Amino acid sequence: MKPAVLTGEYFMTGDVACAEGALAAGCRFFGGYPITPATEIAERMAIRLPHVDGCFIQMEDEIAAMAAILGASWGGVKSMTATSGPGFSLMMENIGLGICTETPCVVVNVQRGGPSTGLPTHGAQSDMMQARWGSHGHYEIIAMAPSSPQEIFYLTITAFNLSEKYRLPVLIMTDEIIGHMSEKVIIPKAKLLEIVSRPKPKGRKDRFKPFTPGPNGVAPMPAAGQGYNLHITGLTHNEKGYPVMAVETQAEMMTRITEKIQRNLDDIIRTDSFLLDDAEIVVVSYGISARTSMAAVAEARKLGIKAGLLRLVTIWPFPEDQIRKLADRVKGFVTVEINLGQIHREVERCAGNKVPVFLVGHPGGTVIHPDSVVNLLKETF
Amino acid sequence: MQEIPTPSKKQPDHPLDDLIRTDRIPHIWCPGCGIGTVFSACLAALKGSGINLQKTVMVSGIGCSGRAAGYVKLDSFHTTHGRAIPFATGLKLANPELNIVVFSGDGDLFAIGGNHFIHAARRNMDITVICVNNLNYGMTGGQVAATTPHLAKSTTTPIGNPETPFNLPLMAYACGATYVARWTMLHTRDLTDSITEAICKKGFSFIEALSPCPVNYGRRNKQKPLDMLKVYQEKAIIKNDADPSTLDIDFEKGIILGKFIDLDRPTFIEEYDKIYRPRRLQENDPELNS
Repeated sequence: MKPAVLTGEYFMTGDVACAEGALAAGCRFFGGYPITPATEIAERMAIRLPHVDGCFIQMEDEIAAMAAILGASWGGVKSMTATSGPGFSLMMENIGLGICTETPCVVVNVQRGGPSTGLPTHGAQSDMMQARWGSHGHYEIIAMAPSSPQEIFYLTITAFNLSEKYRLPVLIMTDEIIGHMSEKVIIPKAKLLEIVSRPKPKGRKDRFKPFTPGPNGVAPMPAAGQGYNLHITGLTHNEKGYPVMAVETQAEMMTRITEKIQRNLDDIIRTDSFLLDDAEIVVVSYGISARTSMAAVAEARKLGIKAGLLRLVTIWPFPEDQIRKLADRVKGFVTVEINLGQIHREVERCAGNKVPVFLVGHPGGTVIHPDSVVNLLKETF
Repeated sequence: MQEIPTPSKKQPDHPLDDLIRTDRIPHIWCPGCGIGTVFSACLAALKGSGINLQKTVMVSGIGCSGRAAGYVKLDSFHTTHGRAIPFATGLKLANPELNIVVFSGDGDLFAIGGNHFIHAARRNMDITVICVNNLNYGMTGGQVAATTPHLAKSTTTPIGNPETPFNLPLMAYACGATYVARWTMLHTRDLTDSITEAICKKGFSFIEALSPCPVNYGRRNKQKPLDMLKVYQEKAIIKNDADPSTLDIDFEKGIILGKFIDLDRPTFIEEYDKIYRPRRLQENDPELNS
């Protein structure tokens, strides 16, 4: 047996670092389907999972891959899949099943240009709103955006921890550039990693209700085959898990699946900053574009423009409070992202009409050059 | 004052009560529907098979038959439309100790979920798939299905079905299923025996159970509720080991029933362990461990 945590220093792509993060987090099942630029995650898992007594299966499509990881999760195993835009679209219905049945798992989207088949080998960040609202119905979701292979290693662990803690599919919204970029990745010793597993039920099995929330709003979760006679359905259900077609039950279930996220925002939301404390202009960005933005902010400072960077690590739930507070003291925002304004709209919404919000966007296919951001800062502020 | 009678000590109403979520009864199935009979046969088979029921899971998709998972008192999962088999695949691979029965309808398993059926059979995933075939989409009010006979009427083929239906046992066989049988819900004992055999058998097992839908199919095809049962009685030809290519359903000439395929080949997990996890195989081998 090779170790699950490959402690050491490596030169690794983001995709491989993501797979290693998953293994370190305790992932032991991967259901996948090949798609550029996410295939390398599946390939790495196909090699590595048997080393740690896990199981890899290439399913017949992404719908099946998503269904399989939900099944595996109820089998008591931490599970994951990885895909890109077209596959992400196919997974949407079962991501909704995961939300409704409160099933922990991790879904990675290595974003490429869209719509449709788009730009399979070129990066974009244009599935950000699909991550938020892609499955039908109203719900809360957790999505995170890493900015480097090193960060994707850690964020994959964080994604598993959050999915286990809050019982829902957690999305890693990376991009082709991070996925295919090779950089130094340090994998620490296993004992230094914080690993969270789903809350386990206690007490009498015959009285157990699978959706009675615990103190943080999340119900403990048994696995199939443990004697709980679970019934789990994608229909609107009560705390017992039984379908009930009633307005009240719908409200109760919706409250549970949305409030467990809304009431724990401080625990879920992660952001990072660069020269933000005295900034008058805030560049808001994430993923690969945050690196562009960092270079632009440094350049702008040289030109005497007091710019700072707010890097969103958690995209959903959106860090609304931070943007609102900044809007009270800064002169404006610039959103930088490889799409034509998705997170930009969120920044606009939270900034209200207090200060102007500008977009440095790109239709996809390449990184945004720092000069585009610097030029906008020079012209506007 | 009128005396309120005290209820007698609770006796089981039905020998299968311990496998039913009685708190979910009444069920949704219509008068004359055959799903309940197939469901009972399945429960009787589960009970009679001697398998560990605590380690037994039922997975369903969407539709009338898909509601079975909501009535069985086992760990049970009611998934999305067509996706019971890939969900079951993940469950089985996560915990190979589980016995998994997929109980769903013809529309769920063979139209929207057809691709998953094909691949689970090809992989010889160790699960039992029971398909209640009622020739139409019952829950949505009687639309044409991949199993609706040619020229039969439905709400979406109002003059008659222009398409040709699947021969399900042939499809299962061609895809690699290691156990294939077909019965009607009227042949309850044979059906029960067959399900028992399938549950106890390693590998991908498939049982087609023909079942009437008088409300949505019969009504539009000049069949009274008992007519379909009479057809099952009079037109059934029991022919074990029949060539799967001869199993197209013909309600005029006859419906061939029986066990058609019963063979052995390695399951996905056996092959995966052999090739990828030989250590696990050794650990689980009692001879090597003794």
